Amino acid sequence: MNRRSLLAAGATAAFAAVLGAPLRANGKIKVGFIYVGPINDGGWTQHHHHSAKEMVEHFGDAVDLVYQENVPEGPDAERAITQMCLGGADIIFTTSFGFMDPTINVAKKFPNVKFEHATGYKQADNVSVYSARFYEGRAIQGTLAGRVTKTNKVGYIASVPIPEVVRGINSAFIHARKVNPNVEFKIVWIFEWLNPAKEADAAKALIEQGCDVVLQHTDSTAPHAAAKEAGGVYTFGQAADMAEYGPMPRISSIIDNWAPYYIARVQAALDGTWSSVNTWDGISTGMVGIGEISDAVPADAKAEAEAMRDAIAAGEYHPFTGPINKQDGSVWLAEGEIADDGALAGLNFYVEGITGNIPS
Amino acid sequence: MDINPILLAAAIMVASTPILLAAIGELVVERAGVLNLGVEGMMITGAVVGFIAAHESESATLGFMGAALGGAAVSVIFGLLTQFLLTNQVATGLALTLFGVGLSALVGQGYETTTQVPVPKIPIPVLSDIPIIGTILFRHDAMVYLSLLIVAGVFVFLTKTRAGMILRAVGENHDAAHALGYKVRRVRMMAIMFGGACAGLGGAYISLVRVPQWVDNITAGTGWIALAIVVFASWKPWRLLLGAYLFGGVTALQINIQAEGLDIPVEYLSMSPYLATILVLVVISGGRAPGSLGKIFHASS
Amino acid sequence: MILLEKRKQTSQFWTYVTPILAVVLTMIFGGVLFAILGKDPVLAIKTIFWDPVFGEFAFYYRPEVLKKAAPLILIAIGLSYGFKAGIWNIGAEGQYIIGAICAAGVALSFYPTEGRWFIFPLMIVAGIAGGMIWAMVPALLRVYFKTNEILVSLMLVYVADVLIKAFSIGLMRNPDGHGFPGSRNLNDYPAAANLELIAGTGLHWGVIAAIGVVVASYAILARHQFGFHVRLTGESPRAAGFAGVNANRLIMVCFLISGGLAGVAGMFEVSGPAAQILGSFPSAYGFTAIIVAFLGRLNPIGILLAGLLLALTYVGGSAAETAMNIPSATIQIFQGMLLFVLLSVDVLTDYRLRWVARSGGV
Repeated sequence: MNRRSLLAAGATAAFAAVLGAPLRANGKIKVGFIYVGPINDGGWTQHHHHSAKEMVEHFGDAVDLVYQENVPEGPDAERAITQMCLGGADIIFTTSFGFMDPTINVAKKFPNVKFEHATGYKQADNVSVYSARFYEGRAIQGTLAGRVTKTNKVGYIASVPIPEVVRGINSAFIHARKVNPNVEFKIVWIFEWLNPAKEADAAKALIEQGCDVVLQHTDSTAPHAAAKEAGGVYTFGQAADMAEYGPMPRISSIIDNWAPYYIARVQAALDGTWSSVNTWDGISTGMVGIGEISDAVPADAKAEAEAMRDAIAAGEYHPFTGPINKQDGSVWLAEGEIADDGALAGLNFYVEGITGNIPS
Repeated sequence: MDINPILLAAAIMVASTPILLAAIGELVVERAGVLNLGVEGMMITGAVVGFIAAHESESATLGFMGAALGGAAVSVIFGLLTQFLLTNQVATGLALTLFGVGLSALVGQGYETTTQVPVPKIPIPVLSDIPIIGTILFRHDAMVYLSLLIVAGVFVFLTKTRAGMILRAVGENHDAAHALGYKVRRVRMMAIMFGGACAGLGGAYISLVRVPQWVDNITAGTGWIALAIVVFASWKPWRLLLGAYLFGGVTALQINIQAEGLDIPVEYLSMSPYLATILVLVVISGGRAPGSLGKIFHASS
Repeated sequence: MILLEKRKQTSQFWTYVTPILAVVLTMIFGGVLFAILGKDPVLAIKTIFWDPVFGEFAFYYRPEVLKKAAPLILIAIGLSYGFKAGIWNIGAEGQYIIGAICAAGVALSFYPTEGRWFIFPLMIVAGIAGGMIWAMVPALLRVYFKTNEILVSLMLVYVADVLIKAFSIGLMRNPDGHGFPGSRNLNDYPAAANLELIAGTGLHWGVIAAIGVVVASYAILARHQFGFHVRLTGESPRAAGFAGVNANRLIMVCFLISGGLAGVAGMFEVSGPAAQILGSFPSAYGFTAIIVAFLGRLNPIGILLAGLLLALTYVGGSAAETAMNIPSATIQIFQGMLLFVLLSVDVLTDYRLRWVARSGGV
């Protein structure tokens, strides 16, 4: 730790000397984005970029946008973020969990630059974290899935076994079972966020084994294409509306909408009111958008899903409300008990009724 | 038990087609005595070129033709370097892979989310109605049938035609072939370009049919698997078919086992295709490689 | 037409000039590529090659180049022995990964005990051992079953990739990590951390090891009998057999060296710049090192310079991406082109170009 602070002190002096005043005197601000994938990935990164552009439109000339895509997690990320600071960025959004330690490290060297890290948990004086309550969207997807399935088999293409993904599976399953006690989930883990070939293979395998609904926590449209080819299979857009695949197979979607958050944070930076916060927003603030439910869904199911969406948005309903048991049968939430954010943030077990194990 | 063996068998044929195409091309190249490690680069070039060609022309056929041309075009770089500038084949092949992967990523920018022309399945009349066998063998798209025809064609070419015999002679002993008056470099260039075209078709099958989409690095190492299959096949076309389907089979099976919910750790399942390939390479190591494989040919007369 | 005529002796002049010529030609071709993309070619080349070393922020970039070059050089030196002898270890990336896993395993099992004097060296040993064991598989299979070492070593890269993903979410997952994948951050564990020895210079133990290995390698290849054997086997396997070189032993030794060096490179990387066992740890250094080895003409000093150059293309390339919006794929194309061009001009060292009047076919 001694060496680190020595480096930090020396480097900060050097960098500060280079950069001069922390915020432009003329009210202009340079906003940077570090993306883990390409801006055309059709999902996660594309939507961050889309929201970034909306933010730029909102502020017009006051904002200078700079971004770098395809940044690998690890030491290269640290260099990319540092480069952006050296280039004069005032606030930087790092949009992937794997950028967590690099963000913290660079933040130490550039105390005048503000950092916003997506889906992480480490904060600092100049580092905020933000994430979205995707599990709210999964509750709606689960309800729809339970209603439209005819084979009672629902496939789930999962990415990496982290709490966020497990939350999504649990939330979807709980709500599917609520409307359809016979439904079962088949879960495939591909250990990547974006791999169209593997996603297509997984979707086809699930469909061949009888699933007629396929949910995904992966970013490409490959499962939709596989579903379309098979016919009679329902899918949901992930991170993006993927409306071009509607009304079948895509019957709804979860849309990442970061724009309101980005606008709020940049505004705070401009006003000088910025401070480090931990934001976990959902449908109510618009961070999680629910895509238009297509007409392939029967009207009553559509109404039910929309009512749930509105209830969640109004704060009247929380997807993780007891009674809910863990997979081994023990009690997790009592009747009416609501899971707290801490428990949800570290969720690493399946709920009762899901077969199979979380890879570890 | 939810795994449907008939559907699984049909899925295996589809999954194996890209490997089969790339491998049969490389088999011809290696029988001519050249080791081209750039298969991955040629495949991914074919994948992106085929995707763009199909998208712009809205014709899957033109897409595949474009892919074949694209793969052949980059293979020419390899051919010129190794045959005329006498470069080391291993290094040149690796450079081709690196170059191809980078080039395809660059060229493919902007095409990542576009939807694609559908490639229709062509059930063969009558034959496709045979129960079980019909579904497994005769209800595929044209490329699957074409890949099988290419394998058969290569077999006939190598064993029954004069041109094939010349190619094999060049591969066994290029100095002797040269002394006999055969045009070693020309034969090899043509073999290399054929290999490039086949690899391109294999790549395009992934981006046009199997996924179908374009993303960076969509081939994800399939080209290397194809190289292994050629060795596994002892450079014989029919063994190649077996190898490709074996590998495709393991890959398809591991996803199905996961979906089925069987309690085998996912990590071991993901490793299984590669471990299976190693095992198979060891067991089948008896095959004899073409005598001049990998050696640099320089006409000294 | 142009004929290639074999020289009586390898041209010394061209041996030194070809790498320089290759770099210059690649810069020109790269410039053309940038121009096609609509970017200022001169500015792009300057941003990639000049600025990181001499530009405004060079004080930050120079150490980054060193840190990036260290694993490339370590692995490439290891590979150079085998390549010289015609033994193709293409799976260095896998050995690099396994070395990192073993080293991190040692560190994590001792956590939080202090005692850098024995933990850090133990990690180095573990890294070397891990890489060696992983390299032994293709070596043994080649010696006893004549299996193609290129393919076996390559398949094992994929296996190593799956293993590190599995470890990062399983056995080595940080218990204080809120359920997210990734091991503990080794930079925060003083006994295991591989930090810069002098702040701001980029000199961590891996860099120092790389320099040491270059020097040792030069001595071995130039003066030691092993170096002689390696060169002889590469040029003429039959002559080597007559000279008493045991081919199988040479295969094993070359794989052990390259596996060990790749493994230790992994160790320095995971305890240093990368800091964690993560699924994204593999960064293709094992493959880029192959280019470094060839670019450096399989010679230790050449590899040192080639490693620095390729590290520069990474660092400068990523700077160009941010500054000029150049797509990230361009760097890979650049590196591929560099290798193509180098291989092409290399022909001049052993062959002479001659104009001859047309006289028949190819």
